Amino acid sequence: MTKKPPKRREFLFTASYAVGAVGVGAVVWPLIDQMNPDASVKALASTEVDVSSVELGKTITVLWRGKPVFIKRRTPEEIQEARNVNLEDLPHPEKDEDRAKNPEWLVMLGICTHLGCVPLNDKGDYNGWFCPCHGSHYDTSGRIRKGPAPTNMEVPKYEFVNNNIIKIG
Amino acid sequence: MSDQEFVPKSKFGKWFNDRLPLLSLANHLTDYPTPKNLNYWWTFGGILTFCLITQIVTGLTLAMHYIAHSDLAFGSVEHIMRDVNYGWLIRYVHANGASMFFLAVYIHIFRSLYYGSYKAPREVIWIIGMIIYFLMMATAFMGYVLPWGQMSFWGATVITNLFSAIPFVGEGIVAWLWGGFAVDNPTLTRFYSLHYLLPFLILGLVVLHIWALHVPGNNNPIGIDIKKPSKDTVPFHPYIVIKDAFALLMFLIVFAFFVFYSPNILGHADNYIEANPMVTPAHIVPEWYLLPFYAILRSVPDKLLGVIAMFAAIFVLVILPWLDTSKIRSAVFRPLYKQFYWILVIDVLILGYVGAMPAEGLYLLIARVATAYYFIHFLIILPLLGLKEKTIPLPLSITEPVLGGFPNPSTVRNKESLH
Amino acid sequence: MRNIFKIIYLITLILFGSFQISAAEKVELLKTDWSFKGIFGKFDRGSLQRGYQVYTEVCASCHSMKYLSYRNLSEKGGPEFSVDQAKAIAASFEITDGPNEDGEMFQRPGKLSDKFAMPYANDKEAQAANGGAYPPDMSVLAKARSGGVDYLYSVLLGYEDPPSGVILDDGVYYNKYMYGNNIKMAKPLDDGLVEYSDGTEATEEQMAKDVVTFLMWAAEPHLEARHKMGFKAIIYLIILTILVYFSMKKIWSRIESEV
Repeated sequence: MTKKPPKRREFLFTASYAVGAVGVGAVVWPLIDQMNPDASVKALASTEVDVSSVELGKTITVLWRGKPVFIKRRTPEEIQEARNVNLEDLPHPEKDEDRAKNPEWLVMLGICTHLGCVPLNDKGDYNGWFCPCHGSHYDTSGRIRKGPAPTNMEVPKYEFVNNNIIKIG
Repeated sequence: MSDQEFVPKSKFGKWFNDRLPLLSLANHLTDYPTPKNLNYWWTFGGILTFCLITQIVTGLTLAMHYIAHSDLAFGSVEHIMRDVNYGWLIRYVHANGASMFFLAVYIHIFRSLYYGSYKAPREVIWIIGMIIYFLMMATAFMGYVLPWGQMSFWGATVITNLFSAIPFVGEGIVAWLWGGFAVDNPTLTRFYSLHYLLPFLILGLVVLHIWALHVPGNNNPIGIDIKKPSKDTVPFHPYIVIKDAFALLMFLIVFAFFVFYSPNILGHADNYIEANPMVTPAHIVPEWYLLPFYAILRSVPDKLLGVIAMFAAIFVLVILPWLDTSKIRSAVFRPLYKQFYWILVIDVLILGYVGAMPAEGLYLLIARVATAYYFIHFLIILPLLGLKEKTIPLPLSITEPVLGGFPNPSTVRNKESLH
Repeated sequence: MRNIFKIIYLITLILFGSFQISAAEKVELLKTDWSFKGIFGKFDRGSLQRGYQVYTEVCASCHSMKYLSYRNLSEKGGPEFSVDQAKAIAASFEITDGPNEDGEMFQRPGKLSDKFAMPYANDKEAQAANGGAYPPDMSVLAKARSGGVDYLYSVLLGYEDPPSGVILDDGVYYNKYMYGNNIKMAKPLDDGLVEYSDGTEATEEQMAKDVVTFLMWAAEPHLEARHKMGFKAIIYLIILTILVYFSMKKIWSRIESEV
């Protein structure tokens, strides 16, 4: 029974624990990461939408990456209404000019920023959208005006391929 | 065991422990007196626990991506291998984990055979162990069906057809197992359901297995009962924990070699061909861990008798505690048994080997002889040996040399290593 | 204790051995120096890119690769075409998409996220077009034949005149390495069949090696990551094993007993 100084013994144990802990972490990560979006999901391509048949004042809903996207062809009155709003009245101030580059077309994710429901078209106190789940009102630019939602509806990355085709993503 | 005396130090601990004695359980597990002379063959219990947990955790994660449908299963496995983050790693760990699990369980079983751990008062531990082993085979077999490759499909066909050997009701049972007229989508989905369920049954049985172990305590290489707990045993923690950890790490190095450098060597190439009910592969071979039983099945020329022989090969193990008439546990003190033991090991390896060979010519002959010997060993040699054998006198205790002059091997080695 | 691991090792070897023997071919397969074998094995990018060229110009007219996507061509550990190259490759194929608003399927140029275009609409069509023999999907072919890459390489180079006495049906060819020696695929490779843009001479052997390398990657796209991670994992395990071994020695030195 030979006893070594306790200092070295402690170092050995600490080192074993530390190295062991690193290993446990390295093993746990793949088990967590496997639930993240996989390579095939991440590579999902953009969606191209032909909007030539959308009438003035109407909204179409298309699916992009498993989520609804509203594409609204706005009337001049609706554009006017959206642009005339005083930014200081907004809970989440954003200019309509920034949200709709081409003022006639509003493209945004049709998901209420409160808890993820899909708001209804042409409803609510601000002539835009109304979320039936918890009563959020959005204006004709998809900005939150009243209700529990914290931010405006999100505008995804999109571009006009030509006058008729919008490429989302 | 100091279970009864244990009182938690903190007030909250005492309050909680009076209501649910988890702390007493933890205390029992850490203080559990373990024979100090256990060798490395005893570390496989811990390794097996690790294997079971690994299989369950990797299986759970694979189940998040796998699709149990005959049209989609093969593709979903490829999706796991290609697209899912670390999917290839998790699947290879799971697939090779099954092999490592069986490697460890065979070592565990043969350790028990060598040191007589199945004998009184440990028969119940042994029988629970055999049930676990049987469920493991069922689980592994059904798991192998899930990728829906050619071997999955034809393995499932062959194994389920075993039941058709049962007179009168056999055909009905097979159709019931299949949920159709052949192995098909209903078979796949039920196998998936059961493959998910059985590991949790195994887990429950493992708890019982360990519980039953903790009643009499561990057997040991000398095979004698513990005389003086203070001298002959060490607390499970830290002594056995660290030793098990060391052995587990050595085992993991082997495991890692398979996963990272030969992940498919234990599998069969045909299982990367999607199942096709119209073409049977040239050789249908089960996974290596089932080969000895497969050899026994094929060595009997009659369909029903072959199936009976195969199940009997497992059943003789279940009744082993009563077949072995010797009161001496450890083969260390049974010179004749020791020799028969090694012959049995070789016999089982031969059975495994011929199980992988085509059932014809010389291979068939060898398989028959080896099958016969397997049963002779358990049904004739063991009962007689216990009555006739001249054994070596047992030492008085684990730590002390025997009075009759026979030195305790472990103490002798201790002294040598000290010099 | 060392004996235990020696025995485990031996048993493993025996089990392997029995498998290898069971899978042993009657003919010795042709061997070549695969860059992806071994602990540090990596794919040869040039070979993968050339192999893709051979696949797409020679094999793809009959053999599908349904589990691969064009994006894979630019992914790490693969042929590593640039994203733009991969996009151009994808766009050179017509992919059936739809249905559109009128409920009709339509053709469009491929995108990175598309799976490789299929040569036939379904298995039956593939069979009908190939004299009843279904040209196997090549996605995992390199793992789906015992002998693996060596076997594929050998079959590609194993076309011979049948030995005297062997009479072949129409549309069946003699191959020294194919199981049963009968193959329904005509000899696919000949010197100079493709023109490599990197200047490599397109000999039969070179093309066979390139395309089989490509098939190995297709079957095992994470092979490089696996080899790399394996090396790290094993080094790590060895270090931890040593630490735990000495910790164990320390702990057991408290009592008079051998571990």
